[in-house]
Amino acid sequence: MAEVLVYVDHVDGAVRKPTLELLTLARRIGEPVAVHLGAGADAAAPVLAEYGAVKVLTADAPEFADYLVVPKVDALAAAYKAVSPAAVLVPSSAEGKEIAARLAVRIGSGIITDAVDLEAGDEGPVATQSVFAASYSTKSRVTTGTPVITVKPNSAAPEAAPAAGTVEQLAVSFGELSTGTKVVSRTPRESTGRPELTEAAIVVSGGRGVNGAENFPLIEALADSLGAAVGASRAAVDAGWYPHTNQVGQTGKAVSPQLYIAAGISGAIQHRAGMQTSKTIVAINKDAEAPIFELVDYGVVGDLFEVVPQLTDEVKSRKG
Amino acid sequence: MSLRIVVCVKYVPDATGDRHFAEDLTVDRDDVDGLLSELDEYAVEQALQIADEADDAEITVLTVGPEDAKDALRKALSMGADKAVHVEDDDLHGTDALGTSLVLAKAIEHVGYDLVISGMASTDGGMGVVPAMVAERLGVPQVTLLSEVAVADGKVTGRRDGDAASEQLEASLPAVVSVTDQSGEARYPSFKGIMAAKKKPVESLDLSDLGLEADEVGLDGAWTKVDEATERPARTAGTIVKDEGEGGKQLAEFLAGQKFI
Repeated sequence: MAEVLVYVDHVDGAVRKPTLELLTLARRIGEPVAVHLGAGADAAAPVLAEYGAVKVLTADAPEFADYLVVPKVDALAAAYKAVSPAAVLVPSSAEGKEIAARLAVRIGSGIITDAVDLEAGDEGPVATQSVFAASYSTKSRVTTGTPVITVKPNSAAPEAAPAAGTVEQLAVSFGELSTGTKVVSRTPRESTGRPELTEAAIVVSGGRGVNGAENFPLIEALADSLGAAVGASRAAVDAGWYPHTNQVGQTGKAVSPQLYIAAGISGAIQHRAGMQTSKTIVAINKDAEAPIFELVDYGVVGDLFEVVPQLTDEVKSRKG
Repeated sequence: MSLRIVVCVKYVPDATGDRHFAEDLTVDRDDVDGLLSELDEYAVEQALQIADEADDAEITVLTVGPEDAKDALRKALSMGADKAVHVEDDDLHGTDALGTSLVLAKAIEHVGYDLVISGMASTDGGMGVVPAMVAERLGVPQVTLLSEVAVADGKVTGRRDGDAASEQLEASLPAVVSVTDQSGEARYPSFKGIMAAKKKPVESLDLSDLGLEADEVGLDGAWTKVDEATERPARTAGTIVKDEGEGGKQLAEFLAGQKFI
């Protein structure tokens, strides 16, 4: 069976959920071979094996942390040469897409980004994408070279399928360009204890109607009662009420959770572009005419300052 | 020595319009008005600010696209860019991201450059891969997704705000930079700027000027193929209730029914 390279997104060996989703999807088109770069391979390997990696290729070097993107491309290209895979899968993070982009140029291959589903086809893997603010669904494939495909978080439910997960060292020679962009310093983001926005199963977002940074704890309290991530509309971010890293929309992050709750968000097209693929959509807004209500599975026309705390209390009491 | 800045911009269909696919499954651009991609306005703005700080700088704004794409160039010129280059060729129809990066890289080399700046992604395709591809093709550092950028002493520095960390980056020129919508509000063209833009030079190039063959680009040269495009059925109307004091509880009931609680 053909091998499929899966790029592992991890924090010091703690494998992030989108990678487990990729391993699950990779099994539909071949045998997953995981590529783990940087520290923590010992911790990651058993997890990768549990989700179906027949092999785990690892490499650790200071270059991966000290320079931007290119050293990882060098390593992935080395893995590509070593394995000759049927496809290369990379998580659709900002960095993942850049790694995939450069790899595609380097190995002379077509690239598909932000796939939301993947299946085997007669002429290679077929990727489903959601485009034009989710008003269209397309099926595409790579016609030249080895398909390089980036996949959005929440595109598949991770399924365990234990495999050998044999760990092998990957020999990487870094090219001249690898040290081109130096990471002079790195300030880790303070953990909020909440799920990562793009990976969360539930997202609660606040918009203009929240009416001030001092009211965002209302949104956070609802999110925490549901184990959700917190998002914000561009209006709320531009007003300085919530950090830009939480912005959902065309110029922010695209999210595709099981449940999206929009509080005080009117639903401009730019916001819809970032959340319209959510499975279930709920909105709370004072304005019955707000365009967000065209999308919802359930909408409450009302004051979020009344509805949100009542909902939070109810969720808490039902969860006991 | 003059700092040569090339700003790559895209002319995109207005996202507030009703977008469709044409019969060949490329984006139907005839029915929707186009405009300069909003995310590229931030790139033009940063180029103008970097040029202001430099002793001597020249900003060339570059686009690849049909005749109408001149509108995007005019907007950038009216904001303050010095000159424009328009790569236009019938054979470009249907070019994918890889092909676009090839054409851009050739055109950037044709113009001559120390710094290439673009937006973080287009607002139509939204792939966000072209800046990295252009850097790979040019063989220069990529300093991408910056929320702050500065150029001094032959170096570009900037801040990249990722999910896990905020990174301070540094690279020597020449380099490829992309900026996010957090880099700084883009200026509106002044009346004077709009009038001046009409007199600024716009150079037109076709594929042969760049030493490219028709089969390297366009739909035939694309390395990916869209086999199907299905319009999603409009969402069926959901339940909408008016809050009469029990709205939060009713919503909780709905969420419980969907097994979210």
